[in-house]
Order: sequence, then C-alpha cells, then structure tokens
Amino acid sequence: MRAMTESLTRQADSLSAEFVAEADELVSHYPVSKRSASLPLLHLWQNHFGFIDDSAMEWIAARLDLTPVNIIELVTFYPWFRREQAGKTIIRVCRTLACALAGSYEVKDKFCQAVGLNPDCEHHGFGHAPPTTADGKFSVEFVECLASCGSAPVALINDDLVENIKTSEIPSLVESYK
Amino acid sequence: MVSLLPTPHPKERRIIFGNISKPGYSPDIETYLAHGGYESLKKALGMKPNEIIDMVKAANLRGRGGAGFPAGAKWSFIKYDDGKPHYIVVNADESEPGTFKDRYILHQDPHQLIEGLAIAAFATNVHLSYIYIRCEFPKAAKIVWEAIKEAKAKGFLGKNILGTGFDLDIYVHQGAGAYICGEETSLLESLEGKRPYPRIKPPYFPAVLGLYMKPTIVNNVETICHVKHILAMGPEEYAKMGTPGDGGTRTMCVSGDVQRPGFYEIPCGGVTLGELINDVCGGLKPGRTLKAVIPGGSSAKVLRAGETFKMKVKGADGQMVEKDVPLLDLVMDASTLQAAGTMVGSGGVMIMDDSRDMVWALNNLNQFYAHESCGQCTPCREGSLWMSKVTTRIIDEGARHDDAKNLKNIADNIAGRTVCAFGEACSWPTQSFLAKFPDEFEKRVK
Repeated sequence: MRAMTESLTRQADSLSAEFVAEADELVSHYPVSKRSASLPLLHLWQNHFGFIDDSAMEWIAARLDLTPVNIIELVTFYPWFRREQAGKTIIRVCRTLACALAGSYEVKDKFCQAVGLNPDCEHHGFGHAPPTTADGKFSVEFVECLASCGSAPVALINDDLVENIKTSEIPSLVESYK
Repeated sequence: MVSLLPTPHPKERRIIFGNISKPGYSPDIETYLAHGGYESLKKALGMKPNEIIDMVKAANLRGRGGAGFPAGAKWSFIKYDDGKPHYIVVNADESEPGTFKDRYILHQDPHQLIEGLAIAAFATNVHLSYIYIRCEFPKAAKIVWEAIKEAKAKGFLGKNILGTGFDLDIYVHQGAGAYICGEETSLLESLEGKRPYPRIKPPYFPAVLGLYMKPTIVNNVETICHVKHILAMGPEEYAKMGTPGDGGTRTMCVSGDVQRPGFYEIPCGGVTLGELINDVCGGLKPGRTLKAVIPGGSSAKVLRAGETFKMKVKGADGQMVEKDVPLLDLVMDASTLQAAGTMVGSGGVMIMDDSRDMVWALNNLNQFYAHESCGQCTPCREGSLWMSKVTTRIIDEGARHDDAKNLKNIADNIAGRTVCAFGEACSWPTQSFLAKFPDEFEKRVK
C-alpha cells in the first residue's frame, strides 16, 4: 500500500488514560479470546482519531497479544476502515438496487455538487479516504445496501440515516451539517 | 423511518411488530415491561430446557435470515450436557439487498430480541452470547447495548437470573462493512477477530465447531424474536398462523416500483404475490405494468411478469392436481417459491415495472457481488468481477454476440464450486436474468 499515513506523529503516542481504559473495557467483553476485540478496538480507534495509522495497528496488536499482521489483514479487508483522514462529515449514499431504482446515482452526484466535489472524482479504493473536500469538511462515497430499501433513496450521514431523499433538498441537508 | 400503517392491513398480523406499531411505544425497558415484557422469559425459566426446544419445533419456526432452516432442529443439534461451553450469536448483520426488517426491531424494540435470546440461551445451556450488528447501524448498536444494561439491572441478564441460578452475559459486536459477514461461519470468524473467510462445511458446522470451535447457534434477529411469542401463545396457536412446515408470521419487505413500499408482517403463506403488490402495497405506479419480481432478497432468482409455473395444487375434489399457476397467484411461502424455482429467502421483495432495463438492474447487482466477494475462492472472486465487467461493458458499449453465453458460462462455473453460498448468491441473478429476459440481452448486440 502506498504510504498514506506519512506523518511525523504517531497516533499511539498520544493516547489518554480514558482511551486505554475504554479499550480495556472492550477487551473484557471477550473472556474467551482477546483476539475477538480486534474489530472493537479498530472502531474505537477510528472513531477517536478519524483513521488508523501504522502505530495503531502495532498498539492494538500488542494489546491483544497478536502480531501487527493480524490487525493489518482486517484493516485491508473491511471497507469501513481507512488509513487516511476523511471529511468531518461523511456522506455514504446507498448504491444498491432499490436505491438505484429510486435515483441514488443522481442523489450521489447532487451531494458531490452540494459539498463542492466533482461528481466524477474517483474513490481510490480500500484504505483510502473517500473523496474529500479541500477544507476537510465533507466526504462523499457510494456504499452497498444500507438495509433501508423501503425508504429509498437513503444515505448515512455520519450516524444519521436520511431517507426518501429528494435531490431538491440536498443543498439544505448539506447546509445543516456545516 | 418507514412507519407501519397506523392500522394493520387486513392481510397483516402483527406479532413481532405488535408493540412497535403502538403509539408512544419506546425502546426502553419500562415501556417493554408495561407491555408484558419478560413474561415469556419467566415462564421459560420454570420449564425444562428440552420442553422449550420441543415448543419451537412444534411451532414450525423457520429461520428468517434467508436459508429458512427449521430453528427447533438447529437448537436440538446442541447437546445440552456435553460439558462444552455453547454460544448463541445473533446475526444482526442485515445486508441482503431488499431486506430491511431487523433494522426496525433493533432500533425500536431491542428488549424483544434480548428476551428471545435469553430464552434460547436457557434452552441450550448458553451463558455467553453476542449480537453481531453491522456498523452501518451505529444507533442500533447503542440502543441494544443500552437495553442489555437495563435488562441486567433488572435481573433479566447477568448472574443468577431471577434467582434461578441461570447466568447469561450478552455483548454487542459491530461489523465493519462487509456483506460476507452475514454468512454464519464468516460471521464467526469475524467475531473471533480474524479475516472473515467463510469456513468449509463439513466439518465446520456451527452446531459442532462454531465460535471458538465450540457448539454454536447462529440465528437471525427476527427468528430469535419469534421465540418469546411461541412461548406466550403456545406452539399450536403460533403454527396455525402459517402453513404446515412454515409457521408463524414473516416480515415481507417490499421495495422498488410500488405505491407503498415498506415492511408488512404477514402470516407465512397468507398472501399471494399479486395480493402483496396490488392490495397490501397499493399497486404499481400510475400507468405502469409489472415487469419483474425478485422475491426473497437480491440473491433470489428473478421472476418475469406473465410467467406461469407448473405446480401441484389441491383440486376441488381434494386430490392433488398439476396446474399452471400464474406469477401473481404464487403464495409467498417457502415451499411455493421453491417450487417456482426461487426462494422466499430473507423476505425482501423487489418490484420492477416496465420502465426498467433488466441488464441495468443485473449490472447493479453484479457490481454489488463483485464488491462483496470475500476473495477466498477463485471461482467467486474472479467470476463475480468478470460478470460485473461484462454487464458494465454491455451497458457502456453494447453487447457482443457471445456475451450472454459467456455470462451464463461464468455463473455456471461459480455456483456449487465455492466454500459458502455466496457462490450461488452471486450466480443466481445472472443465471435467472439471462433465462427470464434473454430478449433484453439480445437487443443490445451490436
């Protein structure tokens, strides 16, 4: 993978006591095998830092008595994890059939325009952040089925599911996340 | 949120969604208790574990996650006293395109799931359980986790539940955006913190070598929720709602080109496809005619408007006779849809009208499967991508004369040649779209 996390700072050097306590609490949910806490710790990390750097994978591996490759193989598999910073607000538009029938491609283009991204900009794939505005405020990407086909088209904006999206409402929707 | 109709459609019978549809119903434990919550658990704790399993068997409860395996039989694979730890993992990784029922249960009635799970755990000697929720439901994970803490505080979970000596801990585990984790052995690998490649069966049947290589039950959210109702109403009453071999209610999720898409809880076999589209969902959009139906989640084989199916049905004299059954007269239950060459699957019904391009629809699904193949088995990893590339090219540049043949060839060489059922899931759309809509592929040949 291209060096996406070139940085002089290592995330693992700035962990607070609260963060470590939260990590240990998550590990305690898996009394049979600590390794099961890999995903929870990656989620905790990404929610806290915004992305996962090399030091993160080393730290999590050490905490769970694993080798870094045990964590790398997860970060390079699951689409949710990224190795570079995404926008403060991430707009995930559902691409799959029911939403596509209801106009999700147009919805995604409209979101891109509303935040100031070129609708044709490419997502560079696993590990990379989705296309992000220069000011770091918004990322927009297509995701696969969000399991809300009855209210298509839908998008997940940060933790909020937005349903029955009308393209005319997208600019004001985006405004509400600024 | 899609909301249920204020009053149920006459075809509906709300069991799972009985409380959710009541005005003012909220996901907290006080509301749940005020609606008779945890009474089934109290009843179960006074029974013998095998009596509970017998009730679930007698109720003819089939899994609601897609495969439709009888739940009671699945539970009885677990030997109560084998001295090993057992686990139950709830599959809340709802990701099958077209399916959107578990989302509402998790967000709006988490205690129903927890109560069902506690009963299931008591019946199968389980003391540690996980609810695997896809991470695209971040609020659901918080709601369910909060509900677990509430239940623990009231003595319905944790040590010595209601003074019976039975212990159970439940934790929420979040996925990370991979559809394959809905496959039960992939889900277990994911829960063990490994790359979620599905396990080969045999030998890795979850009931034998499941989570941490111990006997494990993996059940869908809706399946587990039904358990408390089976105890509350009795298995005979529950089974009577459905058809023989497919008891109770099933939540049908309808999306696509209908007037009123949404989810409807209907007794198994209680509605035909025509009634579901035209009656329950208010029909097609004005001026449109039906073109295609995917009846059980995106992996289910597509059906074409106007098709008829040769089936054995009961004649006027009570004898079974073979008859041509039109598409809209198909009963939406497991056995009828299987006889029609497709499946009821996870209950996700996708409707497409005459304005839709079937090659475009197939391409959308092919892109989904190409994105979601885990990459473990070569036929699926390569084949799903090839199918997606071919249908994309057909749309962008027109078809070559042998594209349809090649697509079928690719699909035929995936199904049955992979570790898990994703191989079938990704081949069936291509195989069925080609078989049912050959004209749409032919007319694109340059």
